[in-house]
Order: sequence, then structure tokens, then C-alpha cells
Amino acid sequence: MYKIVKKEKLVEDIDRFYIKAPLIARKAKAGQFVVIRINEDGERIPLTIADYNRSNGIISIVSMRVGKTTTLLSSLKESDSILDVVGPLGNASEIENFGRVICVGGGVGIPPIFPIARELKKIGNYVISIIGARSKDLLILKEEMEDTSDELYICSDDGSIGYHGFVSDFLKEYLEKNLTGNADKRKDIARVIAIGPALMMSAVADVTRPFNIKTIVSLNSIMVDGTGMCGACRVEVGGKTKFVCVNGPEFDGHQVNFELLLSRQKIYCDQEKECMDIYEHKCMLDK
Amino acid sequence: MTEKINRKRQKKEKIPRVAMPEQEPEKRNKNFNEVTLGYTEEDALREASRCLQCKNPECIKGCPVEIDIKSFIKLIQEKKFDEALKKIREKNGLPAICGRVCPQEDQCEKVCILGIKDDPAAIGRLERYVADREMKEIAEGIKECAWSEVTKQCTREKIAIIGSGPGGLTCGAELAKLGYRVTIFEALHEPGGVLVYGIPEFRLPKEIVKREIDYVKSLGVKIEVNMVMGKILTIDDLFKEGFRAIFISTGAGLPYFMGISGENLNGVYSANEYLTRSNLMKAYKFPQCDTPIIRGDKIAVVGGGNVAMDSARVAKRLGAKHVYLIYRRSEEEMPARNEEIKHAREEGIEFKLLASPVEIIGKDGWVHKIMCIKMKLGEPDDSGRRRPVPLEGSEFNIEVDVVIMAIGQGPNPLLTSTIPRLELTRWGNIKADPITGKTNIEGVFAGGDIVTGAATVILAMGAGKSAAAAIDEYIRTSIW
Ligand SMILES: Cc1cc2nc3c(=O)[nH]c(=O)nc-3n(C[C@H](O)[C@H](O)[C@H](O)COP(=O)(O)OP(=O)(O)OC[C@H]3O[C@@H](n4cnc5c(N)ncnc54)[C@H](O)[C@@H]3O)c2cc1C
Ligand SMILES: Cc1cc2nc3c(=O)[nH]c(=O)nc-3n(C[C@H](O)[C@H](O)[C@H](O)COP(=O)(O)OP(=O)(O)OC[C@H]3O[C@@H](n4cnc5c(N)ncnc54)[C@H](O)[C@@H]3O)c2cc1C
Ligand code: SF4
Ligand code: SF4
Ligand code: FES
Repeated sequence: MYKIVKKEKLVEDIDRFYIKAPLIARKAKAGQFVVIRINEDGERIPLTIADYNRSNGIISIVSMRVGKTTTLLSSLKESDSILDVVGPLGNASEIENFGRVICVGGGVGIPPIFPIARELKKIGNYVISIIGARSKDLLILKEEMEDTSDELYICSDDGSIGYHGFVSDFLKEYLEKNLTGNADKRKDIARVIAIGPALMMSAVADVTRPFNIKTIVSLNSIMVDGTGMCGACRVEVGGKTKFVCVNGPEFDGHQVNFELLLSRQKIYCDQEKECMDIYEHKCMLDK
Repeated sequence: MTEKINRKRQKKEKIPRVAMPEQEPEKRNKNFNEVTLGYTEEDALREASRCLQCKNPECIKGCPVEIDIKSFIKLIQEKKFDEALKKIREKNGLPAICGRVCPQEDQCEKVCILGIKDDPAAIGRLERYVADREMKEIAEGIKECAWSEVTKQCTREKIAIIGSGPGGLTCGAELAKLGYRVTIFEALHEPGGVLVYGIPEFRLPKEIVKREIDYVKSLGVKIEVNMVMGKILTIDDLFKEGFRAIFISTGAGLPYFMGISGENLNGVYSANEYLTRSNLMKAYKFPQCDTPIIRGDKIAVVGGGNVAMDSARVAKRLGAKHVYLIYRRSEEEMPARNEEIKHAREEGIEFKLLASPVEIIGKDGWVHKIMCIKMKLGEPDDSGRRRPVPLEGSEFNIEVDVVIMAIGQGPNPLLTSTIPRLELTRWGNIKADPITGKTNIEGVFAGGDIVTGAATVILAMGAGKSAAAAIDEYIRTSIW
């Protein structure tokens, strides 16, 4: 059992949980994830380690309510426990002094990009962050990102805050302006790291491709064990099959077959809906 | 003397091998309850009476852990069931499991002397009977669970075991019996390895696995789940924490795919994923349990081993109208246990033999058809089995909505890749002494599927057991 020591509601639908997991906290690195299972009948789902504190043994995760399991998770309160938390899984992000890097985070992609941005900054990179949400009141982790970025840009789909449009649109303008304004500066951009919904990462990869800027994306395929045992999480990168949980989750965005990723994410749509409907119905009855 | 008498009696009234009661095929292929129902006391006594009590019993040599089969059957003949079980437990800590899943026809029963002229003694079924009998008596309160008394405080050196499959459990049990403080680290949320995530409920009820694991725990073995070793703790961490030796038994958990086009379409599963979803995650109880699984109408399973049979039979139970088992050789070469092949056929699995997939054809991202090519058998290959050769131009399509690849598993590199100095074979298996389990790193032993490649429960147990003896010797002598 893994105790929830603190829970914060970040915005409607998105919560941050602080969980006591000393061994995981001791080893976790930016870019890695955990797999959780809430109860005996529960599903195993992956969530990124949004942060870790080695001295007090606490990790945090940020979860958005999208279906049954994440809804169930958000119904848990402080001092409740999660039955299983497994990790740290996946490979850590490459943290080196690259020079100038752009970190792009969309929606619940912002929490995972945060420790990466922080570590990159810590070892001397010039960090430009572009974060986005559907609207102002759904934007999370603005302050944290401000603290770890040399430049921070905010986008919203509805224009209620910052740039009106997708993060990928903003990135395109940013790169193009740089291109015309100051060629050296554009050349300077050593890499782009983008985390968010698959469509967003795909769009970012499309934007950076003509500029030939190395682009890292963190893939969110469906998983079961998270240890390379089942192959549920497989994707195609550079024409080869890879398992996201052990070969990733980060890959070269220009090599990823996003169409396949998007298609495989929908495998259980019908069942997920069924599961959620039953759950909601039950919740209504309970009330 | 007895042998003579028995032989005589055998001649007088030849008792045929006692059949195992089973659920009817048409009924059982719709539920997940155990297929075989086990002997009654009468069945067991009758079957035990067939054993010749040979002077030079071959059966014992056929069992990888050398159970004293002759003696335990004798004890059954004398209705000393508890003692029979004790006799088995001297060598085998998981009798209820082995009695069910051992490929007896290739092991103990293959060499049984009775089998020369008649059907061999049903050793596995008898083994299962005494183990089940005890469980039933405990459940009914007739007998007390003797284990709680066994639970003892282990005080000797700390030993770490990685992986809680039959190899790790056996090694742990043996070491605990010697007084070592054993901790088993398991990556999944439940211990048991393939016994819980792979082999389905209808062939090996999870209640039984749980019980055998409880027995191992009662010996003083600690099991820590959710520990993906190599990630959360490394080998070096374990040594630093005071573990004096480490036994690696992480199994063969890496699913192979064929490398043909269409394998990443929605609806294509590795057998590992399919079985893990349905067994470990109980997807067959969806939506009562949250993990989903695609229930197709027409399902193709590729392969001919136990894993393929299990997948096909799960598919049938999940409601598929047609389940095709596609295997590139003929039935004779199938590596699965005979009983599983028989059961699968009875349950309506349609065998497509001498055929091999060449492509999976999709429609809107989902599996639509599987294209196969016919094969014929050529010259024997290295394994002694006749090599399948494709017949040019013989391609044909089968319409399916789910494809399950059960063509084998390799060693999972997750842990071994974190120990660069550990010597591996070309295929990524750990190089270890076949008897002692010693690897090239002092204090690190390995055994089971991670060393041999995908094999059997009893072989993994044998490896765990002999490694335990070697670990004990190493700790006592400090000689590597
Ligand atoms: C490496 C990785 C890191 C992730 N990190 C985060 C995070 O930090 N915060 C966050 O909110 N979400 C994260 N996700 C996504 C999260 O796992 C899914 O939102 C969650 O599984 C949905 O489960 P559900 O039952 O609530 O919804 P469902 O209704 O079951 O599913 C909604 C959608 O989520 C995806 N999904 C469903 N089941 C799984 C599964 N077992 N594994 C992966 N995806 C699944 C599918 O695309 C599905 O269509 C991450 C995913 C991956 C692979
Ligand atoms: C579907 C199926 C059906 C089978 N049917 C039969 C049968 O009828 N009869 C028979 O004799 N054999 C059968 N087998 C084969 C048999 O199950 C295996 O040979 C046997 O289980 C091997 O035992 P093991 O202890 O080596 O490994 P496993 O049983 O594979 O156990 C390994 C364990 O190690 C864990 N692990 C892996 N990596 C790590 C890590 N890094 N950290 C911590 N833990 C880790 C795994 O999660 C797993 O629990 C079958 C196999 C399958 C897949
Ligand atoms: S353990 Fe297996 S091989 Fe040995 S006697 Fe029992 S069934 Fe036969
Ligand atoms: S070889 Fe067969 S008949 Fe002879 S003792 Fe063993 S089990 Fe009995
Ligand atoms: S989640 Fe099972 S292999 Fe990646």
C-alpha cells in the first residue's frame, strides 16, 4: 500500500498526488514513470513521475480525469492509499548541456516536462518553455515552469491567456521569427522536447522537421506491465517496432509513426466507455 | 515379493488407467472453472494399485526433482495420504501445481515400467490427488493447516531472489528450510510468475497457486511485490544492503513477434499480453474488473506449444465462434502437453496445421485477415523435428478479427542490461552452471527459463533447488 500524503486540485479535472514511495523516490529520474493499480479489480495504468524528493521519500504524480481509473484515482483523498505503485520505469531523459533547448508541454504534458526543464536548466542549458492548455483556467504549473525557464510562453486554444492557438503553432512562429530575425539564434536551438497528447507531439515534430532540429517526444501508448513483458505498448520508430515502456518513453519525434500510435490508443474505446458509464451510474446511485 | 504379487494381480485383472473426471467440453469451453476435476479417493486407490512397485523403478529417474514416486504411491495404496504427501514434499514443494502442469508423458510417466506394455501409472494425477486432498481437508476443518507451526524465524545470512516463478519460489523455500533469511523480489503485483500471469485458471486455479505460495511464506520467505529489479534496486544495491548471495530467476518474459507486416494492427496480441490481461488482470470478468480485452468472433492463434493452446482455449471461453490454431508443422511435432492438445480439440479449437502466416491484412487499422502459406515437412533440423518448408504459391486467407502470436518468448533484458559484467549467451540468456547456477559474478546465481530459455515448471524448480544447495555451500565455505 502506498499512502497519499497530500492531494491538491490543480484545476478542474487535474489533481496532484504526493505519494510515499521511498525506494522509488530514491531512484527516480526526470522522464520516468510509475504504473499504478488502485484496487484488486483495478487496471494498471502508467503515470509520469512529476517530481520526487529523495530526502522525504515522496513522489508526486499529476493525473487528469479521462476515464474510469483516473476518475477513481481522483476520488481518493489524503491519507487514502493506492494498492500498487511500481517504478521507476522507462528510461530517464537525456540531461546534458545541449545549449539552448525548447521544452513544449501541452495539458497533462506540462507536469512531465517540468522536471526535465528543471534538470536541463540546472546543468546550464538556456531553457525556453512553451506551455499550453485549452483555456486559462485549465493551465497548470505556470509558476513552477516560470521558475525553471529562461523564457516562458503560454498558449491557449481559446485565447483566454497568452498566445491564441496551439503550442505547435506558436513554436512554428517562434522558429520562423528567429529564422528571419537572427539566423544564429535558430541554429542555436539544440533540441526540442515535447510532451503532451499524441496529436500535439505529432504537430510539433512536423514543425521542427524542416528546421532539422532534433525533437524528442514522450509517447503515451497503452500499457499493462510496463516492464517489456507484454508488448501492448509497441509503436513504430524509424520503421522498427519498439516497446515504449522499456525502449522509451522518449523517442526521436521525427521517426515516430504517430498515425499508428493514435490508432492503437483507441483500441479499447468502446470498453472504456462501458466501464465509465457503469462507474458513473453507480456513483449516481451512491449519491 | 510385492512386485511379483502385483505383477500377478495385474495379469489376473488388468485394471485400465483410471480416467480423470472432466467437465463436458461443450460446457467447459464457456466457463473458466477447472477442466479436470481430480480423482476421488476410490479413483486414486484404484490407480495406485496399478503401480508395480518395481524393484528398479525407472519413474524416479524420469522426474527432474527425483520424487520417490514408488514410495509415495505405496503410501497411497496403504491409504496413508498424509505420509504420501510428505514423501512428495521432501523433493517437491509445489505438488498440486506439478501434478497438473508437468508434461508427464515426457518425464516420469514416459519411463514408467508399467508403460512398456500398458498405459503408465498416472503419477501426475496421484500427486495432484494427495495435494488436493490435504487442501480440501484443511478447508473443511477436518485437518489443521500444519504450516503455521512451521513458520519459523530464519536467522542465517540474507539471500535475495529475483523473480517469484517456480524457480525462485523453490530456491527460496529450500534456503528458508536451511534457516536463511530469504527475500524474493517480484516485478508484478502478484507472486507466481507464469503460474499466475500465463497459465489460465481453468488449467491451474489461482487458489492453488496462492496456497502453495502461502506454504513457501510459512517457511519464513519474504516476498516483496512491485519491485522491478534493475530499476528500483540493482544487484550492487542488494550486496550493499547485506545480501550475501543473489539468485536470478526472471524467466523468459519477452514476447516474440514474427516480423511480418501488419503485426502492429489493432487486434494483434502477443500471447503474453492476451494471457496477462485475462489471467492476472481478470479481463474475463470485465467490466466487473477494469482491464479490457478484445473479444473477437474469429480468432487466430499462431503456435503449437502450451502457450498457444492456453491462448486458444481462453479465446474460446471469451466467446469466439471460431478459434483457428495455426501451426507450421503437424500435430505430432507440437510441443504442447498431449492433454492440452486433446482438450483443445474437444473444446472446438480448429487446427490449421502445416501453415504459417506471411502477412496480417488490416482494415481501418484493425485486423481483418491473416494470410498464410501452406507448408510441407522436409528433412529433420537440429532439434530432430522435421523442418517445415513453404509450398510456393499456396497462400490462403482466413478472415479474423483478433490474432494472437504464441511463437515463443525470450529473456527479458530489463535486469540483465543493468549488470554489464554479467555474461550472457548470444540470445541474451544468462550463462550459468547447469547444476550450481553459478554465473561469472561471485555471489550471483541464476536458474530457470532465464538460463535455459522457455522450458517447464519442474525444470525451473529443479534449477532453483540445486542452486539453493550451491548457495548454501558457498555461504558456508566462502569458496566460489
Ligand atoms: C508513459 C506514460 C505516462 C503517462 N503519464 C501521464 C500523466 O502524468 N498524467 C496523466 O494524466 N496521464 C498520463 N498518461 C496517460 C494515462 O495513463 C491515461 O490517461 C490513463 O491510463 C487513462 O485511464 P482511464 O481508465 O482513466 O481512462 P480510459 O477510459 O481507460 O482511457 C482513456 C484513454 O487513455 C489511454 N489509456 C487507457 N488505458 C491505458 C493504459 N493501461 N495505459 C496507458 N494508456 C491508457 C487510452 O488512449 C484511452 O483511450 C501517461 C501514459 C503513459 C503511457
Ligand atoms: C502460457 C504458458 C503456459 C505454460 N504451460 C506449461 C505447462 O503446462 N507445463 C510446464 O511445465 N510449463 C509450462 N510453461 C512454462 C513454465 O511456466 C515456465 O518454464 C516456468 O514458469 C519458468 O519458471 P521461472 O521461475 O524460470 O520463471 P517465470 O515463471 O517466468 O517467473 C519469472 C518471474 O520473474 C519476474 N521478473 C522478471 N523480471 C524481473 C525483474 N527485473 N525484477 C523482479 N522480478 C522480475 C516475472 O515477473 C516473473 O514473475 C508455460 C508457460 C506459459 C507462458
Ligand atoms: S514433479 Fe512432475 S515429473 Fe516429477 S513426478 Fe511429479 S508430475 Fe512427474
Ligand atoms: S516405474 Fe511405474 S510401475 Fe514402476 S514403481 Fe514407478 S510408477 Fe510404479
Ligand atoms: S507495457 Fe507491456 S511491454 Fe510495455
